[in-house]
Amino acid sequence: MSLLEVTDLAVHFGGVKAVDGVSFHVEEGEVFSIIGPNGAGKSTIFNLISRFYEPTRGKIRFDGAELTALAPHQVADLGIARTFQNIELFDHSTVLDNLLMGRHRHRATHWVQDLLFLPKVRAEERAHRQKVEEVMEFLELEAYRDKMIAGLPYGVRKVVEIGRALSMGPKMILLDEPASGLSVEESQDVAYWIEDMRRDMGLSVLMVEHDMRLVTQVSDRVLAVANGKPLALGSPAEVQSDPEVQAAYLGTATAEDVA
Amino acid sequence: MRVVFKTSYDKDIDLHPDWWERGKIAVLLVVMGLLPFLVGEYYLAEATNTLIWALAGMGLMVLVGHSGQVSLGHAGFMAIGAYVDAGLMTAGVPWIIAFPLAGLAAGCFGALVAIPAVRMSGIYLAIATLALFVIIEEMIIILEPLTGGVGGMFAPSITLFGIDFDRYASLSNFYWLVLAIVALVTWGYANILRSPTGRSFLAVRDSEVSARALGINVTRTKALAFGLSCGVTGLAGALMGHYIAFFNYELFSIFISINLLLVVTIGGLGFIQGAFFGAVLITAVPQLIAILRDGLNASVGIDLGAVPGLDTLIFSVILVGFIIYEPTGLYGRWLKFRAYVQLFPLARREMFRRQKTYLKTERMR
Repeated sequence: MSLLEVTDLAVHFGGVKAVDGVSFHVEEGEVFSIIGPNGAGKSTIFNLISRFYEPTRGKIRFDGAELTALAPHQVADLGIARTFQNIELFDHSTVLDNLLMGRHRHRATHWVQDLLFLPKVRAEERAHRQKVEEVMEFLELEAYRDKMIAGLPYGVRKVVEIGRALSMGPKMILLDEPASGLSVEESQDVAYWIEDMRRDMGLSVLMVEHDMRLVTQVSDRVLAVANGKPLALGSPAEVQSDPEVQAAYLGTATAEDVA
Repeated sequence: MRVVFKTSYDKDIDLHPDWWERGKIAVLLVVMGLLPFLVGEYYLAEATNTLIWALAGMGLMVLVGHSGQVSLGHAGFMAIGAYVDAGLMTAGVPWIIAFPLAGLAAGCFGALVAIPAVRMSGIYLAIATLALFVIIEEMIIILEPLTGGVGGMFAPSITLFGIDFDRYASLSNFYWLVLAIVALVTWGYANILRSPTGRSFLAVRDSEVSARALGINVTRTKALAFGLSCGVTGLAGALMGHYIAFFNYELFSIFISINLLLVVTIGGLGFIQGAFFGAVLITAVPQLIAILRDGLNASVGIDLGAVPGLDTLIFSVILVGFIIYEPTGLYGRWLKFRAYVQLFPLARREMFRRQKTYLKTERMR
């Protein structure tokens, strides 16, 4: 059984079929990418998995549990972490606090215990910091540890967001355009990190990305979507050479036009 | 400039990074504790009033400053605290039980109300809480057998372990009692902020979308913030009742709600210290205006006592000025000043420039 199984997923906003009959599955320890032109419904698929949108039809199963029956905040408890396309960090907190917020699903103390700051709370805090420090070391964020997000450059914020997702200790991480707006060196870093996440942490990665270099470098399989419909599914090379995918990206050149 | 070298996680977790900071708080507490020996009756009463305002300010700060919600109904929760406390004491319940129950009643009522209210935000929440305030006010009048209605009710004086804490007969004792409560609540507040609960408040404030993605139950977190906020405000209301001694519903007017909002915004949103700065301002400025007015009358012979609404005008100007020029409030101004002194002569204007943030994902609801 696959870790994530998406079956015939669809969401319609009025007459707009943002996602229409998409099916795929992500295996444990796999890097799976979704590509497609702007407005193809890639981020919508993410938001459906995060339960921000209610699907019109279809099923999403993660690790044996049916996601469509859960509230948005319960998705994280199953071990799904995500980042956002346009960076949704907590701007007025430090990098450390942002990563600690990622530990929320592991909190074991009641607010009354927090109010009195019982020894248990301190012990929990130490344990959380230990984990967060590991993530910081992995992503080389130590230099920014106590800096406010509001003052950090774009590239660093992108990395902090990945860090926050990793702090959750997830089984699967959803990366929404992790390399958008990054320099070539920075996106190369992202590629290495994704490989390490899979190899060392045993994570499954589901990624939406436009940078084809990154996609081909790290992905096991790629799903191409356009106008909410699946176009092709397979290895990066197969999908890239698919005529329908090329048509979706470069415009519709049908056989008649060529003739 | 002192640099704190962190050698363990505990340095981060502790409320104060080193003994210097701890010492400063200790000195502050000692000075506050010795105040009855240093100043006269009038100023001691004013100091007590300031502390009560700071307590109420902390209550609203949890909501506005740390969980990003707004309330115009907090005068109502103060009233609940005051009436429950005074009512229970009139019925013979000792203060030590009546006082926590007053906070609990206000807190539970707040949390209950919050469950539908937290689905709203911004101006809609402000209007809803304003409506709630009107309901509470009317309820006080209607429940005359319990509350004394328009006539008002008397808050019995506090006696604890045989010691008298009456607001008039033994003001010093009452002041110390208030100081102890404020110190205790401040400690609890600081604890909340350094623990997962406080971080979940900040998360909900800054980005509800990512809070959900991290597994934070937004509705529950907001309701908890609302409940804690109302509870603390209820405690302040109970003390306010004892401070005024004889009160009716008019003590908790809409202006109290607005003044509380002034306390947190002028003081500095998002800082516990802000509630104290704001409370000092809100209680000291009317006194200053009165002193200035008397001085002006005595020296130049201009009588401004006849000008109605002067205090309100000055207050409004201060508030508008702060929102335009210093949104981080008095405490933010203090932080900047401190950084300037510490870094002298290296501080530059640009360091304190507000960062514009771009690219926020449209809020998905």
